[in-house]
Amino acid sequence: MKLKLKIWRQKNCKEKGKFVQYSVDNVDPEMSMLECLDVLNESLIERGEEPVAFEHDCREGICGSCGFMINGVAHGPERATTVCQLTMRHFKDGDKLVIEPWRSVAFPLVKDLVVDRSALDHIIESGGYISVSTGQAPDGNTLLVGKETADQAMDAASCIGCGACVAACPNASAALFTGAKITHLGTLPQGGPERDRRALSMVSQMNVEAFGNCTSIGECTGVCPKEIPLGVIATMNRDYLCASVKKCEDTEVDISPVVELTAKG
Amino acid sequence: MTLDARIPSGPIEQQWAKARFDMKLVNPANKRKHSLIVVGSGLAGASASASLGELGYNVKCFCFQDSPRRAHSIAAQGGINAAKNYPNDGESIHRLFYDTVKGGDFRAREGNIYRLAEISNHIIDQCVAQGVPFAREYGGTLTNRSFGGAQVSRTFYARGQTGQQLLLGAYQALERQVHAGTVTMIPRTEMLDLIVIDGQARGIVTRNLVTGKFNVHLADAVILATGGYGNVYYLSTNAKGSNVTASWRAYKRGALFANPCFTQIHPTCIPVSGEYQSKLTLMSESLRNDGRIWVPKVKGDKRPPNEIPEDERDYYLERRYPSFGNLVPRDVASRNAKAVCDEGRGVGKTGLGVYLDFSEAIARLGEKTIRERYGNLFDMYQRITDEDPYKVPMRIYPAIHYTMGGLWVDYQLQSTIPGLFVLGEANFSDHGANRLGASALMQGLSDGYFIIPYTVGNYLATNKFAKVDESRAEVQNALNEARQKINNLLAIKGNRTVDSFHRELGKIVWDYCGMARTAEGLEIAIGKIRALREEYWKNVTVPGSGDDLNQSLEKAGRVADFFELAELMCIDARDRNESCGGHFREEFQTPDGEAKRDDEHYSYVAAWGYRGPDTAPELTKEPLEFHYVHPSQRSYK
Repeated sequence: MKLKLKIWRQKNCKEKGKFVQYSVDNVDPEMSMLECLDVLNESLIERGEEPVAFEHDCREGICGSCGFMINGVAHGPERATTVCQLTMRHFKDGDKLVIEPWRSVAFPLVKDLVVDRSALDHIIESGGYISVSTGQAPDGNTLLVGKETADQAMDAASCIGCGACVAACPNASAALFTGAKITHLGTLPQGGPERDRRALSMVSQMNVEAFGNCTSIGECTGVCPKEIPLGVIATMNRDYLCASVKKCEDTEVDISPVVELTAKG
Repeated sequence: MTLDARIPSGPIEQQWAKARFDMKLVNPANKRKHSLIVVGSGLAGASASASLGELGYNVKCFCFQDSPRRAHSIAAQGGINAAKNYPNDGESIHRLFYDTVKGGDFRAREGNIYRLAEISNHIIDQCVAQGVPFAREYGGTLTNRSFGGAQVSRTFYARGQTGQQLLLGAYQALERQVHAGTVTMIPRTEMLDLIVIDGQARGIVTRNLVTGKFNVHLADAVILATGGYGNVYYLSTNAKGSNVTASWRAYKRGALFANPCFTQIHPTCIPVSGEYQSKLTLMSESLRNDGRIWVPKVKGDKRPPNEIPEDERDYYLERRYPSFGNLVPRDVASRNAKAVCDEGRGVGKTGLGVYLDFSEAIARLGEKTIRERYGNLFDMYQRITDEDPYKVPMRIYPAIHYTMGGLWVDYQLQSTIPGLFVLGEANFSDHGANRLGASALMQGLSDGYFIIPYTVGNYLATNKFAKVDESRAEVQNALNEARQKINNLLAIKGNRTVDSFHRELGKIVWDYCGMARTAEGLEIAIGKIRALREEYWKNVTVPGSGDDLNQSLEKAGRVADFFELAELMCIDARDRNESCGGHFREEFQTPDGEAKRDDEHYSYVAAWGYRGPDTAPELTKEPLEFHYVHPSQRSYK
C-alpha cells in the first residue's frame, strides 16, 4: 500500500522546524511503523538527503526509547502498543499520517523526532529507589509479599519510561510516570521505610522540572503502552499528602530537588 | 603468550572465599581518590557502577542511549536462575554448577562457574530488597519455574519482564548513587577507543552523539560492560543499537578476544516475514514449559494446523528426546528446528517455522492460568503476527540471541590488559559453548554486584598509578585515530547505505557461521566478508555531518567493526574442528546427528590477539581442566 507521511523535520533545538511530506509506496502491512520509517530513510539516503532521526532500540516494546505522535495520538491508534510494535496493517492504502515528536517543554527537542527525556531520570534520581546497598539484603523470603500485592506492584513497575503520558497530557504532566514508581515501591514492604520521603522528594522534583500539573484528564493512561492505571496518581497524591502532614510535625526532613530546572520554555 | 586464569588453589567450594581473603583492600578514605570508568549501563554496568559508587569510588558511567534504563538487558523475558532450592526439588549450588558446565558443553572454566552458582542466591536477595516484584505464591513466598534445559525449578521471574525489572532495580540503585554524587552518568555517548598508558588501561575516547564532540576520560581502571555482538548477523533479537565497538577497540589495543564463534541461536523467535525486516522478536523460552513443538509428518503439508490430525503431527523433540522433550537446551532445540525445515516440513508462508502449540496446556490448565503465565508474550505475538495464540499455534523459528564469546578475562574478570575489566555478555567467561536459559541475567548481576567490587579494589590496591593527562602521546594518538575514522566514513560519499551493507554482511555470517558450519563454507565466508568490507570502505554513503546527531554515522562506525569481527568469528569457527554447543560443524557429528566434541584436541579456550590490519590474528590457548564434572557427551535423551 501507499502512504503519505507528513513528518516534523528540525535540525536541532535552535533552528526552526517544519513539516515535510513524503510518499512511501511499498508499505507492507506486516511492517512495523519504525520499519516503514526505515524504508523511507533508506530512500532518502540514496537520494543524498538526511534521514529522519527517531529514537529506537529494542524494537519489542520494552526499552521505552521509541515514541512519537501519529495523527495527534501518542504511539498511534493501537492501544497498549509502542510505535515499534505498531504494524502497518492498522492503516489503509492512501492514508496520510502526521508524525511529530513528543511536544512538551520538559522534553526539549534534539532533532526531528528525538527529544531529551532526562527530566524523567531526574525524578527517579530524586528518590525513586529503595536505599539498600549491595550486600545488605536479607534472604528473599524473609518478608512475605502476598500475590495480590506483588501483582499490584508489578502492574505499576511495568512502566517503560517512554514519556507518552507526558506527550498526551494537555498539561504535559508527569504524574502517571511518577505515580507509577511511587506505587511500585510503596506497595511492597521493602519500600515501606522510605515511603514518605520518596513521595515528598519525587513529587518535589517533578514540580521543579517543566512538567504541568495533573488535572485528572486521563489521556496518559489511554496512550500508555503498558496501560498503567490512573490509580497510581491517586496513590501518589495520598502518599504525598500523608507525608506532608507528617513532615509538618517533623522539622528534620529536608527535601530539595536533585537538579534545578533544566528545560526552559 | 601464556594465559593465566588465576583460579585460586584449593577445593572449588572454597576458592571464592579464599580469593576474597587474599585480595588487598583499598582504605575507605582512599576510595574516593580512585576514579573508575564503566562503559555500558545494562545489568552488569549499572550494578557495577552502583556497587562501586556505594563503596565510595569516583565512578563515571557511559551509555549510548538517552538513559541508562534503556540498555538491552531490559528485554530479557524469562527469568533468572538461583540455587535457592525453595521448591525442595533437589536443587543445590553444586547442581546449578554441574548443569552450567554440562550445558556449556565443557568449554568453560569450572572455577568461574562454581562462583557464579554460589553468588546466584545473593542476587535474588539483593533484587528482592531493591523492590523487584518477583512472582509470588499466595502465601507470600517467591515462586519458581523450570526453564529450558533444567530438571529443577530454579528460575525466578517477574511475569515475562524479568530483565526489565532487574534492570530497573540496578538502574534505580545507579540513580541513587548519582544522587549521592559518587557516580556521574554520561548518556548519549559512545566509546570509540581505549587508552593504554605504560601497559595499563587508563581511559577512553568518547564521542558525544548529539554534539559530535570528542572527549578524553582518564581513570585508574576501565570496566567494559558493553554486551554481546549478535548484531553482526544484522537480524537478531538484540536491540538495534547493540554493538561490538567498545570490545573491538579494546581488542585492537591488545585485549584478547576469546571463542568468538560461540554464538547462541535461540529456538523460539517469531519467524522473518519480509525483506524490510529490521530485527527479530524473541518469544521467551519459558513458553516451552507448556507449549508443544511440532511440524506435519509429511513434507509440504500446507493445511492449517487445526486441520492436521494428531497422528499426522510430529512432536519431534518429544520423539527424539523423551526425557527432556520440549525442554532440551537451546542449541539442540534450534538445530532440530532447522533440520525439520530443511526436510521441507517447515510451516508458514516461508516454510521457515515450526508450531509451538498451547492447545493441550489450555485444555489441561485453563486459559486463565496460561494467560497469567504468558499473557504479555501472547499479546506481543498477536500484535506482531495478527494471530491469536490462544486459538492458533504460534509459529516460531530460531534466531541469533546471545554471544558466549567475548573478551578474554581471568578469574578476577580482568582482560589481558591490566586495568581493563570486562563484565557480563561482553566477556567470554561462564557459558562455554552454549548458555542455559535464565543464566545471562545471573551472570551480568553476579559480575556487577558481587565480583567487580572486590577484584577492582584488589587491582587498585596492588598497583601504582602514575599521574597522566591529555597531553600524553597515547591519549592524542587514540583521539586522532578515532577522529580520523569518523572523518573517513563521512568522506567516502559512495552509493550504498550502511544498512544495505550490514544486511548483506549479516546474511553471509548467518549462512556460513550460523546454526551449521563447514570448513569449506567458512573459507567462502571469509572471502566474501573481505570483499564486501573492501567495497564498504569505497562505496558506503553517510549523509550529514559529524557535528550533530547523525544516526547513519553511528551505524557506519559500528558496522565497520562488525566486518572485522565477522572475519575473526569465521577464522575461529574454521579453526575449531569439532562440534560443541552452539558451534555445530557438519563434519563432526554422531551418526544420529548430535554434536561430536573432540576433548582430546579442543578442550581449550581459543583466545585471539590482534596483530595488525593485514596480519592473521594470533591464537593463544587456555587449556580447560575438569576436576569436578567429568566431560561426557551431553545427552538429553
